[in-house]
Amino acid sequence: MRPHLLKLLMRVAGREWRRLTAIALSLLALGGIGWAALAPIQVSSHDELFEIPHGTWARRMAGEKIEILPHTIHLTLGLNDVLLLRNKDEVPHIFGPTLIMPGQSFSLPFAQASTYSFQCTAHANGQLNVIVEPTPAPGWERLHWRWRKLSNAVWHSPESHHH
Amino acid sequence: MRLNPNRLRNHAAALLLSLLFASVSITTCANADVRPELKAGVFNPPYMAPEFSLDGTKNSDVTLARYRGKVVLLTFGFTNCAAVCPTTLATLAQARSGLGKAAASVQVIYVTVDPERDSVARMREFLAAFDPSFIGATGTPAALAAVRKKYGVTAIKQGSGRDYAMAHTSSIFLIDRAGKLRALMPFGHDPADFVHDIKFLLAH
Repeated sequence: MRPHLLKLLMRVAGREWRRLTAIALSLLALGGIGWAALAPIQVSSHDELFEIPHGTWARRMAGEKIEILPHTIHLTLGLNDVLLLRNKDEVPHIFGPTLIMPGQSFSLPFAQASTYSFQCTAHANGQLNVIVEPTPAPGWERLHWRWRKLSNAVWHSPESHHH
Repeated sequence: MRLNPNRLRNHAAALLLSLLFASVSITTCANADVRPELKAGVFNPPYMAPEFSLDGTKNSDVTLARYRGKVVLLTFGFTNCAAVCPTTLATLAQARSGLGKAAASVQVIYVTVDPERDSVARMREFLAAFDPSFIGATGTPAALAAVRKKYGVTAIKQGSGRDYAMAHTSSIFLIDRAGKLRALMPFGHDPADFVHDIKFLLAH
């Protein structure tokens, strides 16, 4: 009788333990989601970097078509709201809105959410668009931003963002 | 093998949690919030602004060397410009007004991209409507094209006949007291941003 009772008690305790664990994990998950939706977003750098690699001019002279900047760049206020252009080539380049000397960088901050158009001879249509989105609001927008950031970190290497 | 729904649920919750904690570490690992000190785009390192010598509206040649010790705001345009140039020049005039005594340490130079129509006299009259201290600069088409090339400025004729327009770079170059090209302010900034950056350049 005694061993049987002990067995029963252990089974009940095991079931309760699993239930408590599930509840604790659920609460933690909810807390995590709440944090992700509400906590202010902090970033280590505001820069969205684009580089002209060394040898670009030589490759272009050899007939290679090289696109450095996309036609449209998406930035987010308060997060990645500084367009950083760096010329690592040996000759000056028109890069986005300006002429950048070899070894020089150009750092352009944005303070208002809007769509900006720059003349840019590096593009076939002569135009570069920079779309600056507002800072993600607490709630769904922040949660979505964090999820996108996490997905990018998991699925893409850092190089894939910087052309 | 039978799948235990409870175990599956626990594993899913644990995975979600670990992802969320990973996102914490990604977004809060280092909060070295470094933003540029200027409202304009900044060149790093700054190099000497390309020199030029053009015909000026103040009865003398316009060179950058002449204005060493002042902050020079260099912009390109044409007097028949309908919107961009008047807006830019009005903004720069307001910025100078907002600077008080420091305005004496600022020189606006407006280089034409339309020498065909912009004579020295025409530019003088046009600029005086905004701020009598502004200096216009013109020259031969070749001389002006050479200056534009040095600064990466574009100017493309649009239309024909007497009422043609010029599509041109609308940014303003900020040159410090030592003659270095420090920054470039895109079109659309308000006078307060110029006041902020000019004060910074006068102090640094």
